[in-house]
Amino acid sequence: MNVVIIDYKGGNVQSVRFALERLGVQATLTEDRETIQQADKVIFPGEGEANSAMRQLTADGLDKIIPALTQPFLGICLGMQLMCRHSEENDTPMLNIIPLDVKRFVTDLKVPHMGWNNIYNLKSPLMKGLNEQDYVYFVHSYHVPQSEHTIAAADYPQPFSAAVQYQNFYAVQFHAEKSGPTGTKILQNFLDL
Amino acid sequence: MLTKRIIPCLDIKNGRTVKGIMFENIRDAGDPVELGAEYARQGADELVFLDITATNEERKTFAALVRDIARHLDIPFTVGGGISCVADVELLLLEGADKVSVNSAAIKTPELVNELAKRFGSQCITVAIDTKFTPQGWKVFSRAGTLETPYETVEWAKMVTDLGAGEILLTSMSNDGTKNGFALDITGAVSKEVSIPVIASGGAGSVEHFSEVFQEAQADAALAASIFHFGEIEIPYLKNYLAAQNLPIRL
Repeated sequence: MNVVIIDYKGGNVQSVRFALERLGVQATLTEDRETIQQADKVIFPGEGEANSAMRQLTADGLDKIIPALTQPFLGICLGMQLMCRHSEENDTPMLNIIPLDVKRFVTDLKVPHMGWNNIYNLKSPLMKGLNEQDYVYFVHSYHVPQSEHTIAAADYPQPFSAAVQYQNFYAVQFHAEKSGPTGTKILQNFLDL
Repeated sequence: MLTKRIIPCLDIKNGRTVKGIMFENIRDAGDPVELGAEYARQGADELVFLDITATNEERKTFAALVRDIARHLDIPFTVGGGISCVADVELLLLEGADKVSVNSAAIKTPELVNELAKRFGSQCITVAIDTKFTPQGWKVFSRAGTLETPYETVEWAKMVTDLGAGEILLTSMSNDGTKNGFALDITGAVSKEVSIPVIASGGAGSVEHFSEVFQEAQADAALAASIFHFGEIEIPYLKNYLAAQNLPIRL
């Protein structure tokens, strides 16, 4: 299977690559448009700030090709937020794949939301074999609200989308690659799609 | 619900863990990769690897080790020790570290915190603060605790938060090694004054100490070294104890 990790200098791509390696998959790291288009599966990680990530994606011409991809696609963390329409982080227009907007946490709790939190209302083949209330690892200051596209929810303290699915586009707000056996199962589910 | 994190810390020198670490089921107690994986299996929520080597040559060994750790570990880990510039951070993140912690370099050049946060995102920038109770109150110390700085601890914590730190690792030198418990007063004061997560460190000797630092000082995470390494407190036992105190804990 030809799995590609989109590398747009958006943070820790090694962790994702190593997690796939532990599942016996050698993924290709690339920003090359053609390689991405030809992949069986595409993973879109991300960390850092929305505006500079969008600028990098645009500079690489990826803002045009990503929304047109038809193979199973998995956004992780900032990758998930970039797939939305707009982010409150520096008022940034995003890739507009999923018709949702990214909001800052408005709470008295600590921000970033950092650490292990449980997910619930699990749907979609991506969450197959998981238990309601399983723990995954989050690090983020912005979030995607709940919607009909939510396939896993979490609370901080209000419910938000821990994962979404829109057609062939899947996304998780947490770091599946760093979420122990639960995260490994999610990555395996994605590879099995 | 977001859970309180339990974080073992491993000191690394020349690619090996220092201080004897005693696990019956570990073949090579000096191998940070194997130890890290064992802690993950026991239920550690994160790990910290601290490079205590001094020379640049040895630092290269550490970067290679970070890659090896990232390859094998399926929970997040922070690396720290001697990080002095953007290039140091870039290398360690590229090798697969999830977060880096800066300490003395941030004191020397506070603007570095801002630069790192902008470049790599706040989420991966931990500022480590070594603090000691002095006649002038809780003060910040740099260079592995050898040099007193003009900074008052709460003020410095607020300052690095404003500069873009994503998390604070607060070590009380007054408590470190005593096993008499965490510094509840300064941990509570920092946690209350900053909007980012605070990891308490220094002084853990019993399961009750962890419960105190979460309940009375509102720490978001607690770090310890020797009590875990020497098996004085086992992580599954600790986490079960904390869960029984109604603390949010990942079991």
